[in-house]
Amino acid sequence: MIVVGRACLILALAAALYGIGTSLYGARAHRQAWIESGRRAMYAVFGFVAVAFALLESAFLRSDFSFDVVATHSSTTTPDFYKVTAIWSSQEGSLLLWILLLAGFSSLALRLSHNRLREVTPYAQAVLLGFAAFFAVLLLGFANPFQPRSPVPAEGTGLNPLLRHPMMAIHPVMLYSGYTLAAVPFAFAIGALVARRLGADWIAAIRRFSLAAWLCLGIGILLGARWSYVELGWGGYWGWDPVENASLMPWLTGTAFLHSIMIQEKRGMLKVWNVSLVLATGTLAVLGTFLVRSGVLDSIHAFVGEGNGIAWMFTGLIAVMVAGSIALVYSRRVSLRSDHRLDSLWSREAVFLLNNLVLVALCFVVFWGTFFPLISEAITGTKAAVGPPWFARYTVPLAIVLVLLAGVGPVIAWRRATPANLRRNFAAPVGAGLVALVALLVLSDAARKPLALAMFCFAAFVLAAVGQELFRGARARRAMTRESPPSAVVALVRRNRRRYGGYLVHAGVAVLFVGVAASSAFQHARDFRLSPGQTARIGGYAITYVKPTAKLASEKVSLGAVLRVRKGARDLGTLRPTRGYYPTLEPDKGPVAGIFDGQATSEVGLRAGLRRDLWTAIEPDLGPLQRFISEADRRFGNAGPDVQGVVIAAIAQRYVQHPPPAMFRIIDSPLVTWIWIGSFIAFGGGLIALWPAPAVARRRATAAARTGAAREPARA
Amino acid sequence: MAFLVVVALLGAAVWFVSAPLRREPENAAPADPGPVAEVEQLEAARDAKYREIRDAEMDLRTGKLSEKDHRALDATLRAEAVEILRELDAARDQAAGSGQTTS
Repeated sequence: MIVVGRACLILALAAALYGIGTSLYGARAHRQAWIESGRRAMYAVFGFVAVAFALLESAFLRSDFSFDVVATHSSTTTPDFYKVTAIWSSQEGSLLLWILLLAGFSSLALRLSHNRLREVTPYAQAVLLGFAAFFAVLLLGFANPFQPRSPVPAEGTGLNPLLRHPMMAIHPVMLYSGYTLAAVPFAFAIGALVARRLGADWIAAIRRFSLAAWLCLGIGILLGARWSYVELGWGGYWGWDPVENASLMPWLTGTAFLHSIMIQEKRGMLKVWNVSLVLATGTLAVLGTFLVRSGVLDSIHAFVGEGNGIAWMFTGLIAVMVAGSIALVYSRRVSLRSDHRLDSLWSREAVFLLNNLVLVALCFVVFWGTFFPLISEAITGTKAAVGPPWFARYTVPLAIVLVLLAGVGPVIAWRRATPANLRRNFAAPVGAGLVALVALLVLSDAARKPLALAMFCFAAFVLAAVGQELFRGARARRAMTRESPPSAVVALVRRNRRRYGGYLVHAGVAVLFVGVAASSAFQHARDFRLSPGQTARIGGYAITYVKPTAKLASEKVSLGAVLRVRKGARDLGTLRPTRGYYPTLEPDKGPVAGIFDGQATSEVGLRAGLRRDLWTAIEPDLGPLQRFISEADRRFGNAGPDVQGVVIAAIAQRYVQHPPPAMFRIIDSPLVTWIWIGSFIAFGGGLIALWPAPAVARRRATAAARTGAAREPARA
Repeated sequence: MAFLVVVALLGAAVWFVSAPLRREPENAAPADPGPVAEVEQLEAARDAKYREIRDAEMDLRTGKLSEKDHRALDATLRAEAVEILRELDAARDQAAGSGQTTS
């Protein structure tokens, strides 16, 4: 198995190198058969990598510890679901997943562009195969997943406890899907630049891949945020960690591109800007992978201490991508000239441009803050990091402007807005914003946080703008078809997926930012040291530590608490935060200390609601248990697992019977749930925009094209 | 056994990847994709222009554009569409002349 897996990686590398050669030769010599052979080489890469991945998955499921990566990232007691996902908890497995997804999406993109973009595709194919070759070299030279282990251990180290969470099982796959999907538009942009085919066709071919990359990255970011909120025990959903930031940067430039692409499609403008955004997004996606892989920046997510080889390889790749992109864009600057100029600053094009500038500015802030430790080390010799307050100082005002523009975009006309149509279109949304302002000033204490207040009002403006668009569209459709209002809305969205999918994304983003603003500005967070029977008070809640709990499972010991929650005279039920202790295989620790001093994770006690979340986490004080733990290791360190299990249960029981005071972190956060709801709305909108147009609309568009008449484009 | 599996995988890949080269006639002439690419580019521009006309019509129905604004915009867009269609016809003729077909 190990030999076959390694051979598959070598064959994948060989196929990728062959494909690069045949694609470039075919493009230069105008030989379609060679280009076709190069395309098939990508399919072959996918096939080889899929076999290698399947072999490794099989090894994880069988707990075959003759594979070094299985022995160090899984164990016989790891649940089957996490055995499947443990593969990407390792450096080697995650790089294998990267190349698998890259080869899969590249094969799909090349299949879809078959017989189209004949000048562009061969170069795009060579770039994609180049990426595949790069990752195959990384796997073979620096992070081989098929490294044998000798002697074969009886038990594996097990999966990092922090990763034993459903969100964390899917989160990496979504992020990698986003990163690898972003490679497709990057490759086609390079192809278009090399072939000097810089019109609307390559843009149309990659739009869906850009949208899919945006969607997958967004879902990955959301899952990571949710995991952070419920698993990491600090109570936040975003900590401006370098690896989190790494996924946010390509998402921001990708968002900018999805807006500005429309201007190029409609007006033939912003060609340099668009191609630069695509290239930047692709490069930032590789940079994101680099940050996770290399450990050059301190992050809870990074694979630290994996050696310099990978870091240098990635640095080289990123340098080539940046230098090559700049050189290509500069050399094609004449072909990239705009066909038209901006007609008016009062137009949707101008708003999109402003939105692009804000998004790129946000990306720059995130980039600067993320790399500041490296920059400061290079200049002063000292690694200094910037924290969340630094990020908030710049990102909050930019995010407020962004939300405002998300409302302006849908209601302002293309080309040139007139005072009359501005009045007609903005009256209701501005009115909604003002009503929200007055209501919040009168009914709440939002005035003490002006930035949050601005965000709430702008969000109301966005929701009213989107609502108005949907209402007017449905009304226009009903006037023609006499459909019922719900049918009219559904048909309207189905026939205009890009437009209304996009509007839904705007509404979702506004809702999301309401949650972010409220939970950031009006949160109450405190740490309490409580003994059973004592009560903590926060945000109008009274939280009583009723009793301690202890639970033993096959892989961990959980110590926790039952908390009774009251608000005024109302009993709101109980919360049960726990702290799980997983065994470590560090040889200097005894079997009992190896559990209680081993890796620990938080299971938070959460009371989530539409109005507010009450979030609790516990940090049990194990100090009083230390002498029992040491004694147990001394007396039963060499005993069998059954005896040790009884001893550990006895220590846990001791904790329940004589509970020391425990530390509790309690957070009362308003409107956090709306972050998740807003994200679902936004990603639902993204899916609608991504979904292919219905067959009727496609047939109508084709028919219109065949008649060669621009008189009757498809009806709304 | 592992060796046989690897050889089988390699053989299958070589057979699959080389199929287009084996199928290509010995004296096949190089085919310049330029004229076809030109057609594809214009077809994409035409589709985008149709979408723009449709969006303008939608803007009229939803009250974003007045009748007067829409009339002016629609006339401009249709003139641009007609120009693209003319260029497309010429590009298609050229592609047909070079013996290439568009998909």
